[in-house]
Amino acid sequence: MASDQQTPGRPQGRRAIARARRREALGRGWRQFRTHRGGMAGLGILVFFTLVALLAPVLFPPETISVTQATGELLAPPSAEYWLGTDDSGRSMLALLAWGARVSLTVGIAATLISMVIGTSVGIASGHYTGFGGATLQRLTDWVLVIPFLPLAIVLATVLGGGSTLTIIVVIGVTSWAGTARLIRAQTLSVEGRPYLERSRALGSGNWHQMTRHVLPNVFPLVLTNTTLTVAIAILSETTLSFLGLGDPLRPSWGSTLDQAFSNGAVSAGAWWYIGPPGLCVVLVVLSFTMIGRALEQIVNPRLGRQ
Amino acid sequence: MAVLELDDVSVTYRSAAGPVPAVRGVSLTVDTGSSLGLAGESGSGKTTVTSTVLRLLPKSATVTGQVLLDGEDVLTMRWGRLRAVRWATASVVFQGAMHALNPVQRVGHQIAEPIRLHEKSVSEPTARARVGDLLEQVGLPSRVAQSYPHQLSGGQKQRVMIAMALACGPRLIVADEPTTALDVMVQQQVLEVLAERVRDLGLAMVFISHDLSVLASACDDLAVMYAGQVVEQGPSDQVFENAHHPYSRALGDAFPRIGDMRFRYSPSGLPGDPPFPGEAPSGCPFHPRCPQAREVCSTTEVQLRPSGERRWSSCLFAPEVGT
Amino acid sequence: MTESVLEARNLEVTFRGRGNQTARAVDGVDLSLGRGEIVALVGESGCGKTTLSRALLGLERPSGGEILVDGQPLEYSAGALKKHRRSAQLVLQDPTGALNPRRSVYEAVAEGLRVHRFDGDERAAVADALSRAGLRPPERFFLRYPHELSGGQRQRVVIAGALVLQPQVIIADEPVSSLDASVRGEILALLLSLRESLGLSLLVVTHDLGVAWNIADRIAVMYLGRIVEQGPTEEVLSAPKHPYTRALLSVVPEIDHVDPIVLTGEPPDPTAIPSGCRFHPRCPALRDGEAQAVAEDCRSKDLPVLSDADGHEAACWLTGTPAGH
Ligand SMILES: Nc1ncnc2c1ncn2[C@@H]1O[C@H](COP(=O)(O)OP(=O)(O)OP(=O)(O)O)[C@@H](O)[C@H]1O
Ligand SMILES: Nc1ncnc2c1ncn2[C@@H]1O[C@H](COP(=O)(O)OP(=O)(O)OP(=O)(O)O)[C@@H](O)[C@H]1O
Ligand code: SF4
Ligand code: SF4
Ligand SMILES: [Mg+2]
Ligand SMILES: [Mg+2]
Repeated sequence: MASDQQTPGRPQGRRAIARARRREALGRGWRQFRTHRGGMAGLGILVFFTLVALLAPVLFPPETISVTQATGELLAPPSAEYWLGTDDSGRSMLALLAWGARVSLTVGIAATLISMVIGTSVGIASGHYTGFGGATLQRLTDWVLVIPFLPLAIVLATVLGGGSTLTIIVVIGVTSWAGTARLIRAQTLSVEGRPYLERSRALGSGNWHQMTRHVLPNVFPLVLTNTTLTVAIAILSETTLSFLGLGDPLRPSWGSTLDQAFSNGAVSAGAWWYIGPPGLCVVLVVLSFTMIGRALEQIVNPRLGRQ
Repeated sequence: MAVLELDDVSVTYRSAAGPVPAVRGVSLTVDTGSSLGLAGESGSGKTTVTSTVLRLLPKSATVTGQVLLDGEDVLTMRWGRLRAVRWATASVVFQGAMHALNPVQRVGHQIAEPIRLHEKSVSEPTARARVGDLLEQVGLPSRVAQSYPHQLSGGQKQRVMIAMALACGPRLIVADEPTTALDVMVQQQVLEVLAERVRDLGLAMVFISHDLSVLASACDDLAVMYAGQVVEQGPSDQVFENAHHPYSRALGDAFPRIGDMRFRYSPSGLPGDPPFPGEAPSGCPFHPRCPQAREVCSTTEVQLRPSGERRWSSCLFAPEVGT
Repeated sequence: MTESVLEARNLEVTFRGRGNQTARAVDGVDLSLGRGEIVALVGESGCGKTTLSRALLGLERPSGGEILVDGQPLEYSAGALKKHRRSAQLVLQDPTGALNPRRSVYEAVAEGLRVHRFDGDERAAVADALSRAGLRPPERFFLRYPHELSGGQRQRVVIAGALVLQPQVIIADEPVSSLDASVRGEILALLLSLRESLGLSLLVVTHDLGVAWNIADRIAVMYLGRIVEQGPTEEVLSAPKHPYTRALLSVVPEIDHVDPIVLTGEPPDPTAIPSGCRFHPRCPALRDGEAQAVAEDCRSKDLPVLSDADGHEAACWLTGTPAGH
């Protein structure tokens, strides 16, 4: 094309155009995010814990959290050597927390991914298909929604074979998608009524095209804000499941640390350093995700922030 | 008394491609019991200028100048006050508003929403009766209240939107192309309904349309916008029949007169494209498309000036009147 | 008449309406669109124009009658529909709603190409369609989002999205009603020129009789699910036969030598179609005595479906027994 040569440096081809547009949208989103104080604080906390999780093996060699190779006194209060004291096996609490961050964050994020993928697919499909299929999916969603979480999770964990991080991830993932699915379904229904879907149908598009090109981009902001909430829930669930002894005993998480603290009488021994710090970590991470979620919500839904 | 006064209002959008000065120094006044028609090409800034009235512009827009609604400055109003003013003092029928209806709620419920919001004490039966009244005012049977939006045709939805705008008995109605989706028959009825409100209730109205013949029949005064500025203003029948600006003339002439063979198979339009905001040509911004343009048009800055009794035009060759 | 590319034969479309009543939105329509022909479908809001256009594209299943594409009955298998929707394009009534707010102009126009797996130069095709629809230079619009465009610009994007597939037939539902005078002329001229260069057939759904006068070869006037008058545009608009058409013409603002006949009475309701002539409760001819002689027929004798013949016909007892079946 002649006009192509006149203005070099303009994006060429549709991939390039899509990329340029996305980069621009991301840039705009980030600029807005930066102005949101809560969101930045949340991000700060999250970055901190992520770094700790990543650096745990460097900062605290694996021996430090091995029950047999622990060097500290049992249940010692914080000291110059053990900043946060030790547990009932004499392991450094600080090391336990750092290693715990690895498990807790991994479980939180991986389980959320599973939950989001299932929830979004089921939500969109049940809103898009009006016939029997849609109704069945909706029935399934409602059914999963009313089953109490704990019994279902315990049964699942037993069936899948308890005691591994992977099991915990899968259990949390497949039990927590229903709320998301319901939310996404409602949003899908309102998108379905829009004329641009009609236009797309008139262009000859099929169901897959309509769901991925029109419905998904329009429900995606909701998915995104919902993600942060689900991460928080997943981290708490991991704590609960570990607390019930369903976690991997060889890999301490914040939840299993809390579990041990309680079962080994940390409360009666007055060992606050055994209970407080892991609890605080859970609260902080959950809080950080919620704050990030709030900020994202304001960015993707400008009507909230117009005032 | 002036319900709405815009004084030297300019609006600039920030966009990825740089600032977009969509409205440049517009001043307008609308009195109680009178109506102002706003005409102009697509993109000339009609919606933007009226959106300043209720501060409905996106965050990316910067507004300068003064917007007085009943003497109160809208641009500096507190958020709470602004909320109270919306619907109750001034309400808007948005362009293409019909798709703004919530698809999963009955339209009766949606019409009653502003009533419930602004008059907390209103009882359910009263609200319902008022919804029925409003629907009949716009020429729909009151049972339409029970319908969902998808059960209504485009024209019916547009009338629901007008009923909604009338719900709280506002003093100013901004109607942004309210009749473009309506057939001539209903358009005639809706124009009559709106004109009646203006006459009987002393309502003020700003009516946006690109159809000069509709504006001429519905409004007392007419303002024609081009590239973000008002280029002609005056009593509507005079502007329609004897325009003082070549652009208004072109707009009026562009509508075919049925039966006139000149228009058969030859839809007439104005040649060329309107300028991008921010790239308005020097001198008179209309000069590249103006059939009457001369040398001076591209070099002389133009501004709106009196061109007759109650008439203004920015064309250099409009009739002169002494000041 | 030239061979028809798209035809409705005795078409009926019903909806389940309020309180389980059946709304007969399209209630017996014969309409054909010849190759290279421009037909205007005019009528009041809610008379079924949009429903008819959707049915012609296979977006609505008829409850009676059939659609013929190039003389063959339209099949409703996914493959057949997709093929039909490549050669026939719909331009929707409301450009604001017709564009996905999260997709750029480029993507909106390219959508049809992607759906049909176009293997040429997509970017060139999109640029070409945009400039043909009057958005020039096209590159400046690629990355824009619908909310950054004015109403008229949005409609041009929608039209570009239809043009990009180089269709045989365009069904345009109020294509210019939200465009201002100058652009409107340009778009109508564009549609006319596409007919010249590509032999495009066009069904323009409009309430604006001026648009029909500007471009249409034939005009069909619809009232409450039926076509009540049809014929060559000049004849119908200069010598309307049906009282409804006459009323429509009288309220056109440009015509100032006639008194406007504003129709009174209940707005038409497709769930309760009057017996006899469906226009009789509002018919000005019946009210002012002009139709005295046929009043009995008007109230009780059903009119046949107006056949889609060449001449100028009206479904009205005043004009004699109309041709039909
Ligand atoms: N959010 C936005 N960001 C950037 N530019 C915008 C935005 N909204 C509108 N514009 C631009 O501002 C100009 C004026 O737009 P506006 O919607 O006021 O026009 P209009 O006169 O109402 O046109 P129409 O008759 O087509 O509705 C247009 O050029 C438009 O592209
Ligand atoms: N999905 C539906 N369910 C029930 N009734 C419907 C549905 N769609 C349309 N109708 C009814 O069918 C009739 C015809 O509607 P349609 O949208 O075809 O009218 P139209 O002629 O296009 O009107 P307009 O000019 O206002 O767009 C209307 O009375 C409408 O209420
Ligand atoms: S000033 Fe010149 S260019 Fe502008 S409208 Fe008048 S004659 Fe045309
Ligand atoms: S048939 Fe009778 S009622 Fe119907 S349009 Fe003709 S005169 Fe009027
Ligand atoms: Mg506008
Ligand atoms: Mg329609």
